[in-house]
Amino acid sequence: MVQTKSSAGFDAGVKDYRLTYYTPDYTPKDTDLLACFRMTPQPGVPPEEAGAAVAAESSTGTWTTVWTDNLTDLDRYKGRCYEVEPVPGEDNQYFCFVAYPLDLFEEGSVTNVLTSLVGNVFGFKALRALRLEDIRFPVALIKTFPGPPHGITVERDKLNKYGRPLLGCTIKPKLGLSAKNYGRAVYECLRGGLDFTKDDENINSQPFMRWRDRFLFVQEAIEKSQAETNEIKGHYLNVTAGTCEEMLKRAEFAKELGTPIIMHDFLTGGFTANTTLSKYCRDNGLLLHIHRAMHAVIDRQRNHGIHFRVLAKCLRLSGGDHLHSGTVVGKLEGERGITMGFVDLMREDYVEEDRSRGIFFTQDYASMGGVMPVASGGIHVWHMPALVEIFGDDSCLQFGGGTLGHPWGNAPGATANRVALEACVQARNEGRNLAREGNDVIREACRWSPELAAACELWKEITFEFEAMDTL
Amino acid sequence: MKTLPKERRYETLSYLPPLTDQQISRQIEYMLEQGYIPGVEFEKDPTPELHHWTLWKLPLFNCRSAQEVLAEVRECRSEYSDCYIRVVGFDNIRQCQTVSFIVYKPGASRY
Repeated sequence: MVQTKSSAGFDAGVKDYRLTYYTPDYTPKDTDLLACFRMTPQPGVPPEEAGAAVAAESSTGTWTTVWTDNLTDLDRYKGRCYEVEPVPGEDNQYFCFVAYPLDLFEEGSVTNVLTSLVGNVFGFKALRALRLEDIRFPVALIKTFPGPPHGITVERDKLNKYGRPLLGCTIKPKLGLSAKNYGRAVYECLRGGLDFTKDDENINSQPFMRWRDRFLFVQEAIEKSQAETNEIKGHYLNVTAGTCEEMLKRAEFAKELGTPIIMHDFLTGGFTANTTLSKYCRDNGLLLHIHRAMHAVIDRQRNHGIHFRVLAKCLRLSGGDHLHSGTVVGKLEGERGITMGFVDLMREDYVEEDRSRGIFFTQDYASMGGVMPVASGGIHVWHMPALVEIFGDDSCLQFGGGTLGHPWGNAPGATANRVALEACVQARNEGRNLAREGNDVIREACRWSPELAAACELWKEITFEFEAMDTL
Repeated sequence: MKTLPKERRYETLSYLPPLTDQQISRQIEYMLEQGYIPGVEFEKDPTPELHHWTLWKLPLFNCRSAQEVLAEVRECRSEYSDCYIRVVGFDNIRQCQTVSFIVYKPGASRY
């Protein structure tokens, strides 16, 4: 500790953070925003000092004292590290719990919350690594966010679809189709029985297919397939763009076409753009599908970054009706308990603390609408029983290769998936166990559905295990 | 290889072969187990965006057995044999509709 002493006035110098920011006796208030960080301190840095530093650097603190500190009431504004505990099974990792007073945050701004919580502190020298594991948003702050433009129940009412997961498909190849050829692929999928098709995330407005041409051909495909099948259809028209003005221009054109749903990439686009778009969607009756490109950069490391559950919670506040959440099965293997933990945080109104599922805080959303989880990537008809069992009805299952890769083409591929889905829903409702009898259910449906039989011949049967393998 | 024929559908469970009475009963039993309130709706020429089909009588509050619902479906069918009929379910706790599936298509031999 280096300090210059004087009898009256300002004590300049560097003080240990823990003197001000480590308060183990503090009881968090209902209005506090709480955060749990996983810290890896540099060798020799005591965990309490590291925890205090995290609290300080993500709230009011600076490395040295400044005289203007004395013009404010730090006790009213400072973040407090109120608990530090070792991470089980790890050598030098600690969970650090910080309480932030409500006044530190602007109303209705996810951007502002993240700028504080995952700002400068993540480059802080005394820490080797830092990961934000969870946030508890107080109801007082939750109520300043509009949340999803519509939410799950309104989406179902708008679409006339009940008692089953929704079915989607990303159109491939992801880059290089002309707008008209793209529209044809959409039409074939939708007429076969899918509810939605999807723009790939990196389709924006490239030379081979400009956005306006795509929107027009796709809308024609939606209307034709809807008239033929007598069911409501949609395509996630990606309005992600280089500027907010361009994004809103595309959204407005989508609205004028009368299309039901548009799409945005919330991390590459940014939370400010996402919240703006979400409000536009609520005002104009458009559903909003959210892609998550860049998430693995942020959430993949166990000891550094931000866990996806935090990004998912932030998205629910910022606004979106669908959000990609991993499949648990298929090529993108996620851990089931942890995945279902953040799926609950996306779609339930009240979620209890449950460390075994990675939920560090009880979260009350105070009636905010739910976000529908989207399971997409590497899945096919044989995965259907597992997906229905794991995700339940309020989910959107997306079979890209599993639709377009069908030997007879998109429409029969779509029918195969729809038949498999409805057979599983029927069997589940009749009390059959999909984990045990799922493959039988699919095989029975193959007897009367040639489209499903052809799909089942192409892709191989799978078995799925329910035992969770990962912990925190 | 086959071309998929064009066919009109009626949402959940309409990609399965027509449900037998027994199969319909089991779907209704599931609804009742979940605590949903069953009802019956019918419409002569439904379009995809038609949200409200005409309600047959009122939802069957306090309904205990699938047979009660099935009896209403039969009565509705004999009175409106040229109409499509679906069974719906309401959840008064979540305050929304949760179930809808087709049980009768005019012209089909069974429902």
